Amino acid sequence: MSASGQQRKRFLVQAGLSILAVLILAWTLFPVYYMVLLSLTPTNDLFRPGLYIDNPTLKSYIYTMGQDNPFVRYFWQQLGTSLIVAIWTMASVMLIASLGSFAMARIHFRFRRFVSGLTLFTYIIPASFLSIPFFKMMADYDLLDTKLALVLAMVTFASPYALWVLSDYARTLPPEIEEAGAIDGAGAITTFLYLYLPLILPPLIAIGTYAFLYAWNEYLYALLLLTGEHNIPIPVAMGNFLTTDNAPWNLLMAVSTVYAIPPVILYYCFKRYLVSGLVSGAVAGT
Amino acid sequence: MPPFAFLVRTPRETRMTTRLLHNRTFHGFMFSAPLLALFGAFVIYPMAFGVYYALDRDSYRALFEDPIFLQTVWNTVWYVGVAVNLKLFLALLLSGILDYPYRWIRILSALFLIPWAVPALPGILSFRWMLNSQWGIFNHLLTKFGLASVPWLAQHDTALGAIITFHIWKYLPFWTIIFLAGRRAIPSELYEAAAIDGAQPLQNFRYVTFPLLRNLYLICTLLSMVFTLGDFTVPWLLAGGAPGDSTHVLATLAYRYTFHMGRLEWGMATFAVALPVTLFFIFLLLRWVKI
Repeated sequence: MSASGQQRKRFLVQAGLSILAVLILAWTLFPVYYMVLLSLTPTNDLFRPGLYIDNPTLKSYIYTMGQDNPFVRYFWQQLGTSLIVAIWTMASVMLIASLGSFAMARIHFRFRRFVSGLTLFTYIIPASFLSIPFFKMMADYDLLDTKLALVLAMVTFASPYALWVLSDYARTLPPEIEEAGAIDGAGAITTFLYLYLPLILPPLIAIGTYAFLYAWNEYLYALLLLTGEHNIPIPVAMGNFLTTDNAPWNLLMAVSTVYAIPPVILYYCFKRYLVSGLVSGAVAGT
Repeated sequence: MPPFAFLVRTPRETRMTTRLLHNRTFHGFMFSAPLLALFGAFVIYPMAFGVYYALDRDSYRALFEDPIFLQTVWNTVWYVGVAVNLKLFLALLLSGILDYPYRWIRILSALFLIPWAVPALPGILSFRWMLNSQWGIFNHLLTKFGLASVPWLAQHDTALGAIITFHIWKYLPFWTIIFLAGRRAIPSELYEAAAIDGAQPLQNFRYVTFPLLRNLYLICTLLSMVFTLGDFTVPWLLAGGAPGDSTHVLATLAYRYTFHMGRLEWGMATFAVALPVTLFFIFLLLRWVKI
């Protein structure tokens, strides 16, 4: 092929890609743009739809922050509930996953395949399938309307992926860890604490982030286990907006935007750890 | 001390090694005790509990006599079948685009991840307002161009379409990134060899990319289908079963039976109906994914 022909081909590819890129961006960004747009719309203009607004206002955010509307009366409390549940989930998952990954990746014990099979099973089975028995169980133990119930559910469903990613990483560590520990006469617990934990710290932090986000984003279990306006986390409160006909949508979108900001930041920081995991074996195996 | 003494195990060391070996099972269980307790108490036990409740044959008779249940099964099949497969096919194509080595493509792929990073709820609410028949932007634009407005969420077909569309919008980026990783793992020598044989882009895809991505594609399809089978949030908050309970999927119908009608055993039975398919998918996955 001549040089100019190749140049023309390159140009055509670039042009085609640019058109596709514009379409992809419009499809991807429009719902997010519209959410932010609505949150900046004054209430009077709410029922005059358009692609842009003439007089943007921060009033919805001010009302939300000041809890200055019946719909956002418990905003900070609800945000606090979301945060507390997410932090407890993060801490518990980090603990369980670091212990479990040590067993799964570093100890060749007899029932290891059973443990990892159970982990994988829990990862795959849809959490909603267990929601009704779980609700019944929490009702029987009188744990409904407590944050503990929601934390237990979140830890259960966030742990498998965390374990998977951590033990994948731990398998790549050299076998000298246990040997060094054994020569120094260290027991398994000492080896775990002083040799293993420092080595898995980076993925452990990423996994903690994953657990935090899992709990932060959860809707179904929060809806089932927590009730009462002062007791529910943010997503449930947002869902409850929909039950009334005259929901203030600009306020709802302001809450949505505030609620979406922490996950967006964390997802972009920890992107690498949040997409690999279960299929990483399949990717490498191709 | 003789030379190389450090190579000879002292009796104490030997004892320690054998003790360690014998204690492997004990240590394994000690470190996996928290997770075994967790999964035992909150996965195995509720599951046994649910199956026990779902053994009642009367609930299945009631379910299969309920026209809403039959409609729901169809909706679920459509949702899982269309949304997942369309999404993964698009993800496969898009991963090809994002694999081009231009710098602006990298910016594009970063922006493309936004729907995945934004939690489901804000996205659903935004879709819901855009599709509002009176004040939504879509109908506004339609009427502006002289077309009839559509009651998007107030009729079965378009409401189900909206649910499927939202699912694709939200989860397409995630699977695209997975396929992109799969494409990047293909050794470039294969493409070089194909180029020497004079392969065109389509032949590259047909003879190199696709055969090497096939396994990954199948695993992703199964995994995504199982996840989507249990989806509650998207159908519930986008349509809530409306109009007239015609757009339920299994999870939302089970919620309605249990919490709106007080029929716990029907709710459990609804999930039990999907359990054989789910377990079959899980069985296939466990065989393909390396433990």
